[in-house]
Amino acid sequence: MSDARGAPIGVMEPAEPPAGSPVRLEVRDLEIRLANGGADVVSDVSFSVPAGHVLGLVGESGSGKTTVALALLGHARRGLELSHGAVLLDGTDLLSLGKHDLQELRGGSVAYVPQDPSAALNPTLRIGSQLKEALKAHEGDDEPGKRITEVLSESHLDSSPEMLRRYPHQLSGGQQQRVAIAMAFCCRPSVIVLDEPTTGLDVTTQRHVLDTVRTLCRSYGVAAVYVSHDLAVVGGLATEVAVMYAGRVIELGTTARVFGFPVHPYSRGLLAAVPSPERAEALVGIEGQPPRPGRRPPGCSFAPRCAFVTDPCRSINPEPEIVSGRLVRCLRAAEITDRERLRPLLLDHRTSSEVPPAPVLSLNGVSARYGSTPVLFDVDIDVSPETCLAVVGESGSGKTTLARCIVGLHENWTGEMTFEEARLAQGARRRPKAILRRVQYVFQNPYTSLNPRKTIGQIVAQPLEHFFNLSFAERSARVKKILEDVSLGEDFVRRYPDQLSGGERQRVAIARALVVEPDLLVCDEVTSALDVSVQAIIVELLRRLQRERQLSMIFITHNLALVRSIAQDAVVLSAGRVVEAGPVEEILERPKEQYTIRLMEDVPKLAEVEPTPA
Amino acid sequence: MAVAAPAVPPVMKSAPTRLRRRQWLTVLGEAVRTPRGAVGLALTGFVVLVAVIGPFVAPHSPTAFVAPDFSKPSSQFLLGTDTLGRDVVSRVLDGGWVLLVMALAATVFGIVVGAIAGVSAAYLRGRWDGLIMRTVDIVLAFPQLVFALLLVSILGPKLWLIVLAVGFSHAPAVARVLRSATLEISERDFVKAVELQGMKPWRVMAKEIIPNLISPIMVEAGLRLTYSIVIMAGLSYLGFGQPPPAANWGLMVGENQTGLVANPWAVVVPAALIALLTIGTNTFTDAVARVAIGVDRRPEEAALLDDIGIRAA
Repeated sequence: MSDARGAPIGVMEPAEPPAGSPVRLEVRDLEIRLANGGADVVSDVSFSVPAGHVLGLVGESGSGKTTVALALLGHARRGLELSHGAVLLDGTDLLSLGKHDLQELRGGSVAYVPQDPSAALNPTLRIGSQLKEALKAHEGDDEPGKRITEVLSESHLDSSPEMLRRYPHQLSGGQQQRVAIAMAFCCRPSVIVLDEPTTGLDVTTQRHVLDTVRTLCRSYGVAAVYVSHDLAVVGGLATEVAVMYAGRVIELGTTARVFGFPVHPYSRGLLAAVPSPERAEALVGIEGQPPRPGRRPPGCSFAPRCAFVTDPCRSINPEPEIVSGRLVRCLRAAEITDRERLRPLLLDHRTSSEVPPAPVLSLNGVSARYGSTPVLFDVDIDVSPETCLAVVGESGSGKTTLARCIVGLHENWTGEMTFEEARLAQGARRRPKAILRRVQYVFQNPYTSLNPRKTIGQIVAQPLEHFFNLSFAERSARVKKILEDVSLGEDFVRRYPDQLSGGERQRVAIARALVVEPDLLVCDEVTSALDVSVQAIIVELLRRLQRERQLSMIFITHNLALVRSIAQDAVVLSAGRVVEAGPVEEILERPKEQYTIRLMEDVPKLAEVEPTPA
Repeated sequence: MAVAAPAVPPVMKSAPTRLRRRQWLTVLGEAVRTPRGAVGLALTGFVVLVAVIGPFVAPHSPTAFVAPDFSKPSSQFLLGTDTLGRDVVSRVLDGGWVLLVMALAATVFGIVVGAIAGVSAAYLRGRWDGLIMRTVDIVLAFPQLVFALLLVSILGPKLWLIVLAVGFSHAPAVARVLRSATLEISERDFVKAVELQGMKPWRVMAKEIIPNLISPIMVEAGLRLTYSIVIMAGLSYLGFGQPPPAANWGLMVGENQTGLVANPWAVVVPAALIALLTIGTNTFTDAVARVAIGVDRRPEEAALLDDIGIRAA
């Protein structure tokens, strides 16, 4: 792995496992079907993981990666059955074992670390007792106390008696996740399955947890399978990567090869969608959605969304073949490898005007509290007209509270907010209708922000009814126009939110905000619930709409990399205070404050890997 | 660049989907298809049929004295006669519809009052919540039947009064259930979205919240209907319902219990019809509740469907 600017501090070097280590986990032709003979959800999945290696299992939601991960423990969720294939753990087929033998193996030879550590730990048991239980269930360890101290210090946790006496709720999220990892490693398993274990953690904590996983796997010779939708995390941790699409592994090879020089059009698309904190680049998403089980087209499942599609792709189901040193399921793999690498389009955000124009929105000494707990301290922010200001911060930094204060959802704040020379009142109810129309908000979670009992047409038309006095025909025309602007067809008007994917829902939410022609749009983590390929599409959509409609925008995010692709200015928040503010290039390339520097270092990066020719 | 991103992505076309029926119809339809729901509906349907077409097919007048008291069943009087020598078959056929109409009216009244109280308490919070819920606590402290009896004995046995009294005694329980459902829904972002427009609270409740309470309202309605029938029949049995010459299942049980040995049919048949009706409505409601909970919840299935890419259609 090398990088033009030298290895950025904090980029995680993939573990170099000893060559020729024994294969601990092998999956052969795994097939998982909907119960009672339904369609296949996962099929033809084969891979093997040698001791000390980490296999990254990546793909969009709906690709079946979690389903495969659970099958590695011999488990199928309700409604699914493991219908075919073998999961060999040190040579033993898990799928042929009985219930009792499986129970013996789980937690012993094969361990699982779930996404949410608070769900994995029993809230009523002390940490020490939980670890002791895990040990007792599997081996009659003569000295459980010693092993627990050992595994805790290996997981970079304090192994003092005070720590063992704590309850899970007395630990931070990162500590909880490390306890879960310690628990998984304490019985010295051969295989460990990690299902997005760092999703809820801050970048700094995430980095520490990943370091822990890597060293533990290497020193114990454990074969690990790491499921994640975050390609940057997998890139830094995994030695091999399996890219899944529609229940199949479509590309499988070493991380350096697959991420450095992806061959399958889907892998290429996925990697192009990942934002980079080092460059301002236009993101390219993958339009469309993965086909559902039972509705998969004949031929290649990716054909309907593929930029390289030809007629044979639609009828022939590609078999895996070795191209450029990795397995690929693509008929045109050999041709595609010859093509030039996908280079991102670089953006130039710099504004030409020398004199900064008067801000649209300015915050002066805004402090906010929840009940009696202060969350924001003396925040000063200016949003220039027709620009996008990114507000960046870790969870708990107060960035969402800030957004809610601006739009009027959170009323308990003091200080001064001026929107185009008018002072903003505390709550939305106390603001004049004209102001409410001109400042619009897009919520974080598109799954809760749309009323499930209303059609998309009703949802988008509703603010029009409220703010304007329009005829029915005119209203319908505007709804139609705005849906087109967010790239949704006219036939969405009659559909209900639960018939839409996450990305489509978020487009509807954006349409609802823009239909009343606001001047300021506040977007609160609008892509955090979406896949990278969809995130790229939404970010590009927002960027286009902002330009076309001369919008001012506040884009709240925890994802530093995303900031580069959308914003011109940025504000870094930490523990409720503004740490640094200024143009995006300044802050991301030449951070001055210690906090920003550390944040930049800890962001997992898909560092450039030199193409490895076949 | 190998792939050029179009400046404006092509407008997405959605797969043609059938228009969805209203949610409550879907839930009812699904409930009927479960064995539990089918049995419940069949029982209820049978009793309702008896009550509705009964008055038109009764062989005798329900108030005419046709034979000696407590005559045994005969070919002329299939279930014999009652305490005053009236035909039991005719009285059974005639005596159901008033009970049904009153139970239904009381249920509707109770649900409407309870829904208004519960939803506004939860949504308005603060002072209103305290005021409404403390009132609810006080009303809830009275047993339902005692409450109805108290009102009726003070104001006299008028049918509309019984309907209002029974309905009103349902309201607190309905209010509690809908309050907790509303608390959860009013925290969702789509409610915040309309609040941000400065929409008036009553409109938010009517347009955004109540449509999302269809399932709990249906379940409550079924449950309260069952209680209404029992209380209505009980009040008649105690002599606080329709005044005596009228035929009424509850009243018949009360009037004829002295002749239980001479002609048991005069008591057993109306009692059985009341029992079948309550079992039927209760069973059907249970089926609806199971379907409705499944529709709203399914965390495990939802996670599964999310991972394998099926969305609830």
